[in-house]
Amino acid sequence: MHDFGDHRFEGKAVRCRRGGRLVFDRLDFELASGGVLILRGPNGSGKSSLLRVMASLVRPEAGNMLWDGAPVRDDPAAHAARLHYVGHSDAAKPAMTAEELLTFWRGMRGGTGCPVGEALERFGIAHRADFPARYLSSGQKRRLALARLLVSEAPLWILDEPTVGLDADGVGSLEQAIAAHRARGGMIVAATHIRFETGDAVAELDLSAFAPGPADLDAAGDLFAAAV
Amino acid sequence: MNAFLAIVRRDLSLALRQGSDATMALMFFVIVVTLFPLGVGPEPGVLERISAGIVWVAALLAAMLSLDRMFQSDYDDGTLELMLLAPAPLELLVLGKCLAHWLTTGLPMLLIAPLLGLFMNMQADAFPVLLATMALGTPVLSLLGGIGAALVLGARRAGALVALLVLPLTIPLLIFGVSAIEAAVTGQSSKAQLLIIGAMLLATLPLAPWATAAALRQAVS
Amino acid sequence: MNWFHWFANPARFMRLAARLQPWIMVLGLATGAAGLYYGLFDSPPDYQQGETVRIMYVHVPSAWMAMFVYTMMAVAAASFLIWKHPLADVAAQAAAPIGAGFTLMALVTGSLWGQPMWGTWWVWDARLTSVLILFFLYLGYIALVNAFDDPERGSKAGAILLLVGAVNIPIIKFSVDWWNTLHQPASVARMDGPAIDPSMLLPLMLMAAAFKLYFLYLLIVRMRGELTARRIRLLRLSDAA
Repeated sequence: MHDFGDHRFEGKAVRCRRGGRLVFDRLDFELASGGVLILRGPNGSGKSSLLRVMASLVRPEAGNMLWDGAPVRDDPAAHAARLHYVGHSDAAKPAMTAEELLTFWRGMRGGTGCPVGEALERFGIAHRADFPARYLSSGQKRRLALARLLVSEAPLWILDEPTVGLDADGVGSLEQAIAAHRARGGMIVAATHIRFETGDAVAELDLSAFAPGPADLDAAGDLFAAAV
Repeated sequence: MNAFLAIVRRDLSLALRQGSDATMALMFFVIVVTLFPLGVGPEPGVLERISAGIVWVAALLAAMLSLDRMFQSDYDDGTLELMLLAPAPLELLVLGKCLAHWLTTGLPMLLIAPLLGLFMNMQADAFPVLLATMALGTPVLSLLGGIGAALVLGARRAGALVALLVLPLTIPLLIFGVSAIEAAVTGQSSKAQLLIIGAMLLATLPLAPWATAAALRQAVS
Repeated sequence: MNWFHWFANPARFMRLAARLQPWIMVLGLATGAAGLYYGLFDSPPDYQQGETVRIMYVHVPSAWMAMFVYTMMAVAAASFLIWKHPLADVAAQAAAPIGAGFTLMALVTGSLWGQPMWGTWWVWDARLTSVLILFFLYLGYIALVNAFDDPERGSKAGAILLLVGAVNIPIIKFSVDWWNTLHQPASVARMDGPAIDPSMLLPLMLMAAAFKLYFLYLLIVRMRGELTARRIRLLRLSDAA
């Protein structure tokens, strides 16, 4: 397997508003090849929102995200091609087997990653390959969602609570996959309680530091304020 | 292109396995048409007079019934956001979903339409034109319906809402579809109407996926 | 286009609107009173239709407004989607029920006019039919905007629907015209027959101006209400955070 090469993913002064509410503002982050960025913060501090912004599923209200110095929004298709997003839902179609699901996603994303059988093996669900997803337990569905990370190549993994529903063995598989990904120069952003071997490449971002203060709220509220 | 084929294949195999969704629209189509002789009386002359309109109106209603499933399950289980993040253009994937929708609802309705025409005492000369209007018109239904189905994702009462939004947009299709058949019955040429329906298909083919993709993006964000 | 973006600031717009509001009301009442006077007392009855022609002074301006308001909403939807002006969305949502009201008024007055003229409350005339469809488009938009728990979703979905509808309106209009000419001989009554007499044109124009001012007045009232509601929502959310 080849290396991903040297890349940088940065955010500058990112602001996000959800349902009219300012979630975070003036948020900077940066991530280099082989690096890990862990998001921390209480519920409602915007961890999931930030991950969705990074995945370009949600457009930031202000600020910029750069990949190797070039604005992400200039070429959203290229950005989508270089990332994997694992959110809260497992995208497991009840009527499709585990193998079919992975084959489908492999085809959708260009079929560059490791073979489907191997991906299932690495997440310990190879023996369930022919089972329709409706018969899989929630932990097995989660493993299946994570196996999607392996069947196509993308340097940036965006993981939202990837360990929910996983047993110790499943967490172990994920840790191995992450280690292998980093060794090849991949990068990872995650909201998780998973333990990474410490090193200078693991950074933490505490979102409560970017929560809007009273002054920000006034500034944001001015849109509808005054004269009304 | 691979992604396009992958999505068509996936939707078709899902439709085959969860057969009830597609056959439900088809059964609805047949039942609605069957109700009309019971409602207006069995005189062959009356039925023949209204046959084209009944078949087309029933096809519109049946298509509406199948629409809310078009993106809903993908939206619910998180597949849709992954599709947005696939390297292929979303418009192309939407086109694939519309094609799969047509193959599972439009095409079966097209195939059973002559039988319903027979029930309704439709004249023999009208059958080729009925098939032609359905062949050109039902893909437009799938394409226009896609816009509605994408717009109502996450809405309350999505199923009723999608019909409310899409049915007014399908009025031109109904008008020209029926008038093509009536022209054929009265011995006139229905070329003009067929050409107009064809033009509608050619116009919706690029425009509708574009609007649908825009609606999907805002639904997921 | 600079003035347009300058105008799109809600606070600035609201200040201006609050200042204009009383003037619009005075002007609207004046033109409306004058239009009604000329229309009801100082214009001749039609040589064919008699006194019933006076329904025209309400019917025609309503029909014009029905189309004008939808066009305005489509333009607002485009500027909301392109430049993300929140004010454009507020304007479209505030205008929708007013536009639907005008459309309903055009339909009802048309029906009242049709009874003495055609001997029936409703005919499937091409114009009536297209206005009826326009009414459905208004209702669809209002239903869609209000069908979401997250108001932002409703705004965006509604804006896309408005644009799709705007593209479709000419096609629907064309198809309905075609349909009608196939089904019925020439329509019974048409406004665009003989050139309209100046004595009728004056009240018609006055009424059209009055309707436009009335719309503008209602729009400002509704937009101020909606902006206040959004501000309250925002303050609540900030408190919750």
